[in-house]
Amino acid sequence: MSRNDLSAQDLYVRKQKHTKILIRVLQYAILIAFLVLWEISASLGWIDSFIFSSPSKLFLCAKRLLANGDLTGHIGITLMETLVSFALVIAVTLLVTVLLWLNKPLSRILEPYLVVLNSLPKSALAPLLIVWLGANYKTIILTGMSVAIFGSILNLYTGFMETSPDKIKLIRALHGNTAHVLFKVVLPSNIPNLFSIMKVNIGLCLVGVIIGEFIGSKQGLGYMIIYGSQVFKLDWVILSILILCVIAMVLYFLLGRLQKRFTRE
Amino acid sequence: MRNILEFRQVDYSYHSMDGEVPALENITFSVGEKEFLVIVGPSGCGKSTLLDLIFGLISPECGEIAGDRDSIGYMLQKDHLFGWRTIEKNILLGLEIQHKLNAETRAYATELLQKYGLYDFRNKRPSELSGGMRQRAALIRTLVTKPQLLLLDEPFSALDYQTRLNVADDIGSIIRREEKSAILVTHDLSEAISMGDRILILSARPGTVVRTIDLTFDPALSSIERRETDEFKHYFSDLWKEMNQLVP
Repeated sequence: MSRNDLSAQDLYVRKQKHTKILIRVLQYAILIAFLVLWEISASLGWIDSFIFSSPSKLFLCAKRLLANGDLTGHIGITLMETLVSFALVIAVTLLVTVLLWLNKPLSRILEPYLVVLNSLPKSALAPLLIVWLGANYKTIILTGMSVAIFGSILNLYTGFMETSPDKIKLIRALHGNTAHVLFKVVLPSNIPNLFSIMKVNIGLCLVGVIIGEFIGSKQGLGYMIIYGSQVFKLDWVILSILILCVIAMVLYFLLGRLQKRFTRE
Repeated sequence: MRNILEFRQVDYSYHSMDGEVPALENITFSVGEKEFLVIVGPSGCGKSTLLDLIFGLISPECGEIAGDRDSIGYMLQKDHLFGWRTIEKNILLGLEIQHKLNAETRAYATELLQKYGLYDFRNKRPSELSGGMRQRAALIRTLVTKPQLLLLDEPFSALDYQTRLNVADDIGSIIRREEKSAILVTHDLSEAISMGDRILILSARPGTVVRTIDLTFDPALSSIERRETDEFKHYFSDLWKEMNQLVP
């Protein structure tokens, strides 16, 4: 009987592992198939490689740009601007949300303004910011922030307000004050919420930074995309887009790792 | 006997835009040292409001409440153990908040964990424990701060019957052994008689004190043993009749 149980368990584990491997293989297979199809259709002339480029052309282009150091500079600038605006968004969100939570009348007064600012297409603000503050990296960081900040304050505030009133009562029943309610219940119970906000924000900050670079920059991947399209160096444009994909994926992955570490229950 | 809590003609109402709902009216009673008071009444009679008033979570609109709020321990209806803390960390929460966390209080927490069979589970998360164990953890969280007066808001209502009798018996005997005072709110009449020294009956909303019943049992009896005595049956039928008059 027990031997039967063991083999059933083995079978189950094997099946689970098998499924996991199959999913991973298929994920890579799609990528490889896409690249191969792209390369073949470009070399056989099914698509115009001048406007659609091809993996081999992109590879050579990347090699050339890496050799003269241009590409690493552009990537570095975009990455720096994204990470700084992301960090500032999180810090400002936490600060403002705590203030709103501490002062309920203030949050009721400001609510319509936050809602309007959040539903505004933030890309519309970027040209204004650049005229006001000048075409420099600080403005671009601000553009990145402007895309993410209002939504993340609204979301976190909703999370704060949804903290179970009974859990807050428990802290009071243990003779705790408002600071205890904040640090022992409201913040810890919102950590999963904060992580999902962060996962959305990292992408939004990247979007904002690229918009900023489109309009007012001489550096960064957004600049490369605009400049490349203007001089018809579409290799540059497509390469930059691919690099943005990789950056977005890596940042999201790192946040996921961080989340796992903090929300083990 | 010195009183550790006194209510004098206390009124309390809830307010909303739709109007005023009186919850408690003209409540006068006192609790002595080492006394176990049980409050019973029909649902919605303001029993939990009364506990919130005693603890000071809310303030009375009229009347006076005298007592030392700092030495009150409040045990809520549900355990509210935090999922992001281990059992031990949950139990130390009150000490953390009151800045009483030191070697001595930690040792007391460990002692209580061992006494109530939770020591082996101290590093587990609340979701890994049964309802009875969680309730015991919640009790330890309250006891570890060494309150003089315990407020118990239907703390057994979430438990299955057998666990409920055992946990009630445990808690009753700890409170007597540690010479604490307690106020228990319940709608379970036999629980009230088996645990209390005195029963306070509240009327339906707005709650007023209808009657108090003094319970006299052999002090050596545990709450489960009380249930087998003749006095128990006598008190029960008395209380039963009184409650039926309140809710016809």
